[in-house]
Amino acid sequence: MSTLRTEEMTLNMGPQHPSTHGVLRFIVRADGEVMREAIPDVGYLHRSIEKIAEKVGYHGFMPYTDRVDYVCAMFTNQGWGMASEKLGHIEVPKRGEYCRVIAAEFNRLASHLLSVGTMAMDIGAMTPFTHAIREREMINDLIEELCGARLTFNYMRIGGVAFDLPPGWREKALAYLDHLEPILSEYDMLISFNKIYVERLANVGIITAEEAIDYNLVGPNLRACGIKWDIRKDIPYSVYPELEFDVPIGNGQWGKLGDSMDRYMVRIHEMVQSVRILRQALKQIPAGPVLAKVPRNFKPPAGECQVRVESARGDMGWYAVSDGTGYPWRVHVRTGSFAAMGIVQKMSRGLMIADLVTIIASLDVIAPEIDR
Amino acid sequence: MQQLVDSIIAGGAFGKNAPVDLIYVLFIFIFSAVVFLGVAFPFAGIVSWAERRVWGRIQSRIGPNRVGPQGFVQWLADGVKNCCKEDIIPTDADAPLFKMAPYLVMLAFVVPWAVMPFSQDLILADLNVGILYFTSVTALTVVGVLMAGWASNDKWSLIGGIRSAAQIVSYEIPAGLSIFPVILITGTLSMQGIIKAQGWSPNNWFMFSNPFCFIAANILFISALAEGNRTPFDLPEAESELVAGFATEYSGMRYLFFFMAEWGNLFLIGALITTLFLGGWQFPHVSQNPIVMNVLQLITFNAKVLFIVFFSMWIRATLPRVRIDQLMSLCWKYFVPISFVDMIGTAIWVAIWPEGNPVAGYILFALGVVGLVLFTRRVIYYFQKSKMELYYSPII
Repeated sequence: MSTLRTEEMTLNMGPQHPSTHGVLRFIVRADGEVMREAIPDVGYLHRSIEKIAEKVGYHGFMPYTDRVDYVCAMFTNQGWGMASEKLGHIEVPKRGEYCRVIAAEFNRLASHLLSVGTMAMDIGAMTPFTHAIREREMINDLIEELCGARLTFNYMRIGGVAFDLPPGWREKALAYLDHLEPILSEYDMLISFNKIYVERLANVGIITAEEAIDYNLVGPNLRACGIKWDIRKDIPYSVYPELEFDVPIGNGQWGKLGDSMDRYMVRIHEMVQSVRILRQALKQIPAGPVLAKVPRNFKPPAGECQVRVESARGDMGWYAVSDGTGYPWRVHVRTGSFAAMGIVQKMSRGLMIADLVTIIASLDVIAPEIDR
Repeated sequence: MQQLVDSIIAGGAFGKNAPVDLIYVLFIFIFSAVVFLGVAFPFAGIVSWAERRVWGRIQSRIGPNRVGPQGFVQWLADGVKNCCKEDIIPTDADAPLFKMAPYLVMLAFVVPWAVMPFSQDLILADLNVGILYFTSVTALTVVGVLMAGWASNDKWSLIGGIRSAAQIVSYEIPAGLSIFPVILITGTLSMQGIIKAQGWSPNNWFMFSNPFCFIAANILFISALAEGNRTPFDLPEAESELVAGFATEYSGMRYLFFFMAEWGNLFLIGALITTLFLGGWQFPHVSQNPIVMNVLQLITFNAKVLFIVFFSMWIRATLPRVRIDQLMSLCWKYFVPISFVDMIGTAIWVAIWPEGNPVAGYILFALGVVGLVLFTRRVIYYFQKSKMELYYSPII
């Protein structure tokens, strides 16, 4: 009996596909349902944001940074602000730093809620997504009250933040945190420990600690592999040293260390820690100005700097070179999603097509952040 | 129904020398039209509305509420909208097969209504192989879905179609085997015969008649969900993986046909479970008037079916989707062996107690109630335990 002739199928997943979270393309070589390989093809969302910086000046670049990662725009704002301040040796007022941390942590909550919500939706459960989005809407309301925008915030300025907390905002924020904490555990009951959900996530897309370091993974993806590395703790910036929080890491409780379930659980635990940080920051916030005096025509001395921010998607590096004029000579952003895309090809070997969706969702990649 | 037609003919409505065969054919057409257009299609539409409303409540949003009271006529609006849409057939598609596939799926959904036992008299045809007919014609779906996946000439559609074929064919086996225990007890394949062998009170339902039947009922329900492409087994159209699965290239009314069949299949799932295990239309004999009894039985049957329909909506809103290998291992490693054990166990049970064991009925029903109470208590416990203390120290 002759063997049946089979051939590999090349599937084109994206650029328009429901679960690629933006304009992303994977070339999947599959043998039936089993993937031989999934090759990520990035670059569909390249907008030359780094080049734009060289043309619009330091202050003018701030709104553009929102577009680097629109899901957690506060961190890109903060990264650019910190890079410019480091170049220009500007001291941010204490209250300004607290406002930054509060806004950024709220943004982290929003980003992680979106991440775990879409993750559940990619696995096929619809309900957790709407519950997560409901909570995210309230955060958006709070941030809208703070800076007038719901997605691309443009809240921070070089030398601080644009607006002080509005009157009564602090109480509203605290009330929201009281509301959110039980919701987070409700979320766990809703989906996290669901048998099918755990089966789909545990032991899928395992990244070992060595691999994670080799492939430059950052943020929750790295911590899920059991490596305790958080810029907020290890290279402290802003007022994070004054705040008390833990760095959750993956523990392989549901499968092997560094699987998709670990990445998912790390995000859930990080939300809890964000709530903790927010409570302390809202309590400790001192009085005073929120914006340092920065000249309108900001010309930092010639030099270069590199700052690192712990964004919702991990270590975000901002590299800027000044030549003494009002325009940066070179700006580069190092983002977590781009690094995460690199490992997809390695992870995808031998998994099912459905697992590719799990991997993308669990790495929490945001298409504009990959390409900038 | 035949008696009704006979009585009308005997009443002289068509004159003395009317051709009896032609009158039968005429009535078959009339009844089919009434059931298909008046019951099956509107039911599928209304279920689409109900599902979106139920989902809305579960997902803490509103759902469609604009067209008509509570958005009730939304399904009509959707139907009109989809009829007006452009009917696109891809250039490279196999046009005849592409056009035919939705009708086959529709056919598989409407044909089983012929043996739907709504009440003791309301049944189009009480076939003596009713349940066999029911399960075999619903399996036609797989032909339509596979045809759609192949004819679309699209890789995603093809994967969807093949998944569907593998899934439906596999789950036919545990579903078929789960029907056997009931047939062993009743000794008939007729839908009415099976219902008449049960009683109105829950302890007389076949679900509680013996432990094997109880398991069989659950397996049948899960397998039926898998055959109906419902979450957690909606892999053929897994929208986050396969775009829209076998329906990717479809648009307009053809696309809607697939989904009408899916929603309509919910009723079929409910009807199958209700007939076999939940006592069908059985209602206490409270009236001598056959019309009153038929109406009460109709309500009973529909209430049971709609509960199962609601339950599967609930499941769909709650559970994520399984992966194809998990789906297959669930079927072949667990359901098929357990179904065989059920069948043999029931055979032994029937050999020992040919007339059934009433004590077992009471005990199993009591156990069912206990299970329900425990489930409720567990939910309440979870709600009480959802405190944040648990969350501050789960990290190593």
